[in-house]
Amino acid sequence: MTTKTLNEKENVVVRFVGDSGDGMQLSGTLFSETAALDGNDIATFPDYPAEIRAPHNTIAGVSGFQVQIGKRIYSSGDNCDVLVAMNPASLKSNLKWAKKGGIIIVDIDTFTDDAIQKAGYTNNPLEDDSLSSYILVKAPMTAMTVEAVKDIFTDKRSSERSRNMFALGMIFYIFSKDLTHTDAYLDKKFKKSPDVIAANKAVVRAGYNFCENTDVIQAERAVVGHAQMPKGKYRNITGNIATAWGLLAAAEKANLPLFLGSYPITPATDILIELAKHKSLGARVFQAEDEIAGICSAIGASFAGAMACTTTSGPGLSLKSEAIGLAVMTELPLIIVDVQRGGPSTGLPTKTEQSDLYQALFGRNGEAPCIVIAASSSANSFYYAFEAARLSLEHMTPTILLTDGYLGNGSQLFRIPKMSELPTINPPFATPNDTTYMPYKRNPETLVREWAIPGMEGLRHRIGGLEKLDGKGSVSTESANHQLMVNNRAQKVQKVADRLPDQKVMGDEDAELLVVGWGGTEGALKLAVEELRDEGKKIAFTHFNYIMPLPKNTGDILKKYKKIIVCELNMGQFVNYLRMNFENIPMLQYNKVQGLPFEVSELKEKFKQILGE
Amino acid sequence: MAIEHSPVQLTKADFASDQMVKWCPGCGDHAILASILGIFPEIGYKKENFCVVSGIGCSSRFPYYVNTYGFHGIHGRAGAIATGVKIANPHLSVWIASGDGDATAIGGNHFIHLIRRNMDMNYILFNNRIYGLTKGQYSPTTKQGQVTKTSPFGVIDYPFNPGELVIGSRGTFFARAIDNSPKTLGEVCRAMAAHDGAAIVEVLQNCVIFNDKTHAEVTNREFKEERQLWLEQGKPMIFGKNRDKGIILKGNHLEVVEIGKDGITEEDLLVHDATRENTGVHMMLAQMCPPEFPMAFGVIRAVKAPTYNQIFEKQMEEANQVSPIKCVDDLLNSGDTWEV
Repeated sequence: MTTKTLNEKENVVVRFVGDSGDGMQLSGTLFSETAALDGNDIATFPDYPAEIRAPHNTIAGVSGFQVQIGKRIYSSGDNCDVLVAMNPASLKSNLKWAKKGGIIIVDIDTFTDDAIQKAGYTNNPLEDDSLSSYILVKAPMTAMTVEAVKDIFTDKRSSERSRNMFALGMIFYIFSKDLTHTDAYLDKKFKKSPDVIAANKAVVRAGYNFCENTDVIQAERAVVGHAQMPKGKYRNITGNIATAWGLLAAAEKANLPLFLGSYPITPATDILIELAKHKSLGARVFQAEDEIAGICSAIGASFAGAMACTTTSGPGLSLKSEAIGLAVMTELPLIIVDVQRGGPSTGLPTKTEQSDLYQALFGRNGEAPCIVIAASSSANSFYYAFEAARLSLEHMTPTILLTDGYLGNGSQLFRIPKMSELPTINPPFATPNDTTYMPYKRNPETLVREWAIPGMEGLRHRIGGLEKLDGKGSVSTESANHQLMVNNRAQKVQKVADRLPDQKVMGDEDAELLVVGWGGTEGALKLAVEELRDEGKKIAFTHFNYIMPLPKNTGDILKKYKKIIVCELNMGQFVNYLRMNFENIPMLQYNKVQGLPFEVSELKEKFKQILGE
Repeated sequence: MAIEHSPVQLTKADFASDQMVKWCPGCGDHAILASILGIFPEIGYKKENFCVVSGIGCSSRFPYYVNTYGFHGIHGRAGAIATGVKIANPHLSVWIASGDGDATAIGGNHFIHLIRRNMDMNYILFNNRIYGLTKGQYSPTTKQGQVTKTSPFGVIDYPFNPGELVIGSRGTFFARAIDNSPKTLGEVCRAMAAHDGAAIVEVLQNCVIFNDKTHAEVTNREFKEERQLWLEQGKPMIFGKNRDKGIILKGNHLEVVEIGKDGITEEDLLVHDATRENTGVHMMLAQMCPPEFPMAFGVIRAVKAPTYNQIFEKQMEEANQVSPIKCVDDLLNSGDTWEV
C-alpha cells in the first residue's frame, strides 16, 4: 500500500470544524505542531464562536481551527484542501471555505435526522448531490472511536470523547505525519490518567488505520513542501503570546519591572493571562476592576518607575481615551496594546478588523499625539511589542501597538532570538540630587523630558493632567505657553521618525502598481503580490508597521508609482491618513469589513483588474 | 516592603510647597492640609518616599501644596492611579486626596475596589457634600431635598454615606473627623498612617461658598457635644456636654441612653472595639446621625488583615524561588522547541 507514489504539494490548508467542545482546537494544534516538527512552515488561525457552549449541534456553536502547512506560508490560507466536519452544523457553516475538488471528511454517525434539521438542512447533504464537486469521505468516527476504546471505557460520554483524535489520525495518514509528537503530548497532558492516555492513543491510531483501508483516501495522500527556513531554534507561537513575551523582553532589556494593568476583553485577554504567569520574571500584573482602572493603574505605575502596559481591544481603547491623554500630558512611557476586533460598540468580538486606526491616531480630546505602530504577523508581534516599549520608554510618550484578532489568536513558527541580539533600551532617567532638574526640561534634540522616579533623592515634583509650564512643569494656563507645549508634544513624536528604519518596497521600481498595506494583512498581501510577480506582472508592495510617525521616506516611495492601492480591513482609515499627509498623490483603495482577513484570491483579482485597466 | 526612614528628623518645612494655595479663604481644606503637613514629618519616612495622588476637584489640588512626589490625575481615578503606584513601587507611602464627587460618583468603582482589595494606602475623603470646583452642583452625598444649581426643585437621590461604602466593602480601616478640629483630625490621620491596608478617613469639610454649614447639625458650637460621639478604643461610648449620654446595644440595634436614668450606668454602655472583624457594630456606628443619634467620630474600624501588597510581594518572591524560568532567554526556550 505504501508503494504508491504520493502527490507533492507546495502548501496545504486543513480546516477542523465541529461543535465547540468537540476538541477541534486541540486536533488543529497537534497537527500544526507535528507538521512544524516535520519541517513544514505553518500558520494557524482558530475560529471561535462568541458563545462558550452554544446549544449542541447548532451553527452558533461551531468552533474551527485552520492551518496552512508547507513551503511558502504567509498566512493560514484562504480556502481549505481538507475540511474535517464533525457534525452537520459545522459542515453547513464551513462548506464555503472548502476548495472545489478538495476533500471533505465527515463523521457520518452525527448526521442524524435531528442534527441535520438543527443545522438548518432540509435534506441530508451526504445523500443528495450537493457535495458532488468534492471528494467526500464518510467516516463512522463515533462508532469506530467507541470500538477503539471499548476495553477502557464503557460509558457513552467517555468513550465518544476522543472523536477529535480519530479525525486527527486521519489527517496524519493523509499527509504522512507520524504520531510521536501526539503521543508525547498525551503522555504529558494526562499524566495522572493513564486510561485517558491509552484511549486517545488508540483512537488516533484507529483514525490512521481507517484511512489505510479506505481507497478514496489513497489517491489523495500527499507530501507537503518543506520550508527553507533560516537555521535556528524554532517554536510555534500565537500573536498574543508573542506580544506578551516581547513586552517581557523589553522590560528585561530596560532593566525595569513590567507592570500590566488590564481588564479581560476578547481577543486581548490571552496577553493578560500569559503575563500573569510570569511573576518570576518580575511581571507585576494587576487585573483591574475596569478598563479605565487598567490604564490608570498603568499610568501610576509608570510614574512610580515601572515599564507600564495595558492591553485591550477596541471598546476598551475607547474607555481608555481620557487616560491616554493624561499620559500624553504627563509625558510618561506607557504601552497600550489594542488587539483589534470588529466594531463599533461590542461589534464582532471574536472576529478580526483593522478599524481602530483612527481611534489610535485621533481618539482623544485636545492635541494628543501618540506613537502608533502595528505588528504584521503573529510572530513579529514579539518584535513590535518590544519596539513599542523601546520607543515609549526612550521617548517618554505613550505608544499604541495595534495587532488584531487574526494575529493574536493565530500562530506561526517563530525563530527564537537570543536576548543579546535585541537592541538596548535606555530610558532618560534623571540623576538623583541634580539641582538643575525640572520635570519638563527637554533634551534639545529629541524634546524628551527626564524621568525622575519617586524615591530618588532631590527630585520631588508634581505632575498631572493640567497644562504645564515649559521647563518647570508647574500648572500654567498661559496662552503662548500652551501653544509651545502643544508644538513640543507633537514634534517630540515626529522626531521619533529620525530613529526609524526606512520603509522598504518589495518588487520593481518601475512597477505599474504599488500595493500598500499595514498591520495584520501583510501575509495575504505579500502572497498575492508574489504570485502575480511569478506570473510576470509588474507590481510592487510596501507594508507599514510604523504609522505615527511614518518612516521618513514614505512620501518618496509613494511618489514613484503611477498607481497605488491601499488595502485594509476597514473603510479606508490608513489611506485617508496617507492622503492627509501626502496631498497630491492619488491613491485607490480596497476595503473589506466582514470580520474576516483578506483572501489572496480576491486581492489578486482586484490587482489584476487594476493592472488591466 | 519596609519604607525607608529619614536619617534626620524632618519638619513641617521639609514638606512645604512653593505653590500658592488657591483654596477659598475659610475653606476646610486649609485645616486638612495643615494636619497632613504636621503628620508627614512625624511618620518619619524619607521625604522622597511619600507619594500623594489625587483626581479632580478642589481637594485634588492637594498634591501641589505638599512637597512630595505628587500626581494630579483625572476625575475619579486617583484610586486607580495610586493602586498602580503602590503595586509598582511598594516602598512608597501612598496618600490620596479626594472629594465626595471624585470618590463616590465618577470614581466610585475604584473607591470600593481598592477598599475590597485592602490596597495599602491612605485615603482622605474630603466630604463637603457638593461639587465645589464646578460651582455648586449636588453630589452623591448631598442631602435629599437640598436645592442646588442642578436640583432647583430639591435633590431626588438618596445620599451615600461613605462609611457604609467602606464598611460594606469590608474595608479594614474607617475613621471620621471634622476639618475644624485639628487635634482630632491629626489623631485619626496618625491612626490611618499606622494602619497597614486601605485606610479611609472621611473628613466633614465645609465649603464656605457653595454649601456653607452643611455639617452644622453636628459641628455647631451650641450643641456639638450632644451631636458628636468620639470613639476611643476599649472605652465606653459616652457623649454630651455633661458626659451623661451613652450608646447601648439593645437587641440588634443601637440606642441612646442617659447615664443615671432608669438605672443605667457606664457598665451598661457599649465599649468600642474597632478591631472586631465583624462589620455589624461598625456599620451601625457609621450609620448613626442626628437627630436620633450623635454622629460617630474617630476610628470606627481598624482591623488587621494582610494587605494586597503583602500577598502580592509574597507571590512574587515565591514564584521567583520556584520557577525554572529566571530570565527571558529561559522563557523563549521553554516548552516545545526544535532546531532547523
